[in-house]
Amino acid sequence: MNDLKQSIITVNDVHKWYGNFHALKGINMDVAKGEVIVIFGPSGSGKSTFIRTINRLEEHQRGEILVDGIALTHDVRNIEAVRIETGMVFQQFNLFPHLTVMQNITLAPIQVRKWDKQKAEETALQLLKRVGIPEQANKFPGQLSGGQQQRVAIARALAMQPKIMLFDEPTSALDPEMIKEVLDVMVELAKSGMTMLVVTHEMGFARAVANRMFFFDQGQIVESGTPEAIFKAPKEERTKLFLSQILSH
Amino acid sequence: MNQPDTVLPPLTERSGILRWLRHNLFGTWLDGLLTVFGLLLIYLAVKGLLTWIFTIAEWEVVLANLRLFMIGQFPLEQAPRLWVGLGFLLFLTGNSLAIWDKRSYVAATLVLAFPLFLAFLPFNSANRQWLVFLTATGAIGWGLGFSNPQALKKTIVAGWIISLPILVLLTRGFTETDGVGVMAIVGTNLWGGLLLTFLLTVVANIFSFPLGLFLALGRRSELPIIRWFSVGYIELVRGVPLITILFMAQLMLPLFVPGGMDIDRVLRAMVGMTLFSAAYLAENVRGGLQAIPKGQFEAAHALGLSGAKTMIFVILPQALRLIIPILVGQFISVFKDTALVAIVGLFDLLGIARTVLSQPEFIGLHREVYAFVSLLYWVLSYAMSYISQRLETSLGIGTR
Repeated sequence: MNDLKQSIITVNDVHKWYGNFHALKGINMDVAKGEVIVIFGPSGSGKSTFIRTINRLEEHQRGEILVDGIALTHDVRNIEAVRIETGMVFQQFNLFPHLTVMQNITLAPIQVRKWDKQKAEETALQLLKRVGIPEQANKFPGQLSGGQQQRVAIARALAMQPKIMLFDEPTSALDPEMIKEVLDVMVELAKSGMTMLVVTHEMGFARAVANRMFFFDQGQIVESGTPEAIFKAPKEERTKLFLSQILSH
Repeated sequence: MNQPDTVLPPLTERSGILRWLRHNLFGTWLDGLLTVFGLLLIYLAVKGLLTWIFTIAEWEVVLANLRLFMIGQFPLEQAPRLWVGLGFLLFLTGNSLAIWDKRSYVAATLVLAFPLFLAFLPFNSANRQWLVFLTATGAIGWGLGFSNPQALKKTIVAGWIISLPILVLLTRGFTETDGVGVMAIVGTNLWGGLLLTFLLTVVANIFSFPLGLFLALGRRSELPIIRWFSVGYIELVRGVPLITILFMAQLMLPLFVPGGMDIDRVLRAMVGMTLFSAAYLAENVRGGLQAIPKGQFEAAHALGLSGAKTMIFVILPQALRLIIPILVGQFISVFKDTALVAIVGLFDLLGIARTVLSQPEFIGLHREVYAFVSLLYWVLSYAMSYISQRLETSLGIGTR
């Protein structure tokens, strides 16, 4: 279904080992521009490791990864070029605690994109409005709730105007009542046409906006398909079992 | 029960000196006995100390040699240069206090009025005038900073940066006129006392800081040569006592440099202290770097920041803030370690104390001299410690 669209991420037979532990066993994936991909699976299945290879926070040892036409190799210039085009949101937010919300968001645009301060701050304020917390601009991360911090983290990643957004379990460290405010932002972002790779167990989110879902287990993609196909008629026994476990509670 | 919202604390929590006394000091008859016994001990000790300070001790040795303690053999006719330098420092201090620590009225008053307080002591009139001058420059600096904090910030930072070269230049002078003229060169062999201790401390701390920083980063580097060099340097220097390094700098360095080339003895001591302190600083900084969670590096890298920019803007500001108490501890320790240069023949505060004690008219007055020197060391060490506490509170905003 994506044949006509231009693919922005190409992952070809990617392997990764931690010592003797085979964490990724030949992953293949092709993501088209504007697609929203949800990756799910039990813990230790390699889904976080995989998403972190896309911007080289983890190094893969075999296979190839092309992001926006740039091959991820040992070449630092390639790595930095890919990171500039790729925003990432972490489970633990990882905001910079010594900088205000505004400084958190403007640091990379000013230092990497070489914007002047005024342009960076205007953009930052627009992004804060988009994620619903413009009034928090001058606070420090430690003064915000978890949900607000994660929204700042999304704004910080968006400030670099990336072509791809990676989300590594963005709601797993949040209290239940804050999950929705972060998911709302992500849904809005998905609808705006951003290419997104999301590692999550929020099946409501997947059902609402995902184009395709990938089920990871033991370092492999067990099954992939549209949300309807995965939810209504999973082909693999492991997928069925896992879905019944996370949907039953 | 008119105001159910206001609940008073339980009776036992209310303050009151008598209640406190009975509760803490005379709770049982055994407590009472211990309290009386303790008070008796304190009385005896304090009485002995006070009697010694006010009746037995012969403080003439300090008063008569005050100049030696302060500046060593530095020629008196050049002393105004030092006063001016001190005035410059006080100006900067007053200014910085007003700009960065506005509410610190007590600290500012204490620092700025201290010279004025000294002026009431029986010094000669020239020194008194200079002491008043110090308070005046400090007060002017404070007033200027208070009236226009934003405009002055950059100037003051620049002022602090050039303050060390200015101080060294004022101390050393630059005209070759054999001691005549306003800026005649004063050889380092004449530097001494608190002046020498101060300069050694400042130079060693300022130069060892960047060196230690680079060694700490080098130790974490992925390039083996840089890492091995840093590890080797740190472990080698930490493995030998400071005194041996000072001896090597004084006695062995001349063997290696080409004949006729004479490196200044004070400079050698400064280099020795710097190299020594850098190794310890490197390990302190490394401790701070290791306390930063991996997620901070990852977030910075994910945003496209390069390794160097990640360090400068994300990691180091957090790491250095964490280790302020350790850094100040290191600075204080360097300050006190400068006393070791007395052993290699320099006349710092401790070296001067030994010279003073060898004067025939003051023989046997060890207690007075060492008590005075200790007091000086303590006052200055405590000042550094106090500044660090203020720095921590003012930088601590929003870290949690």
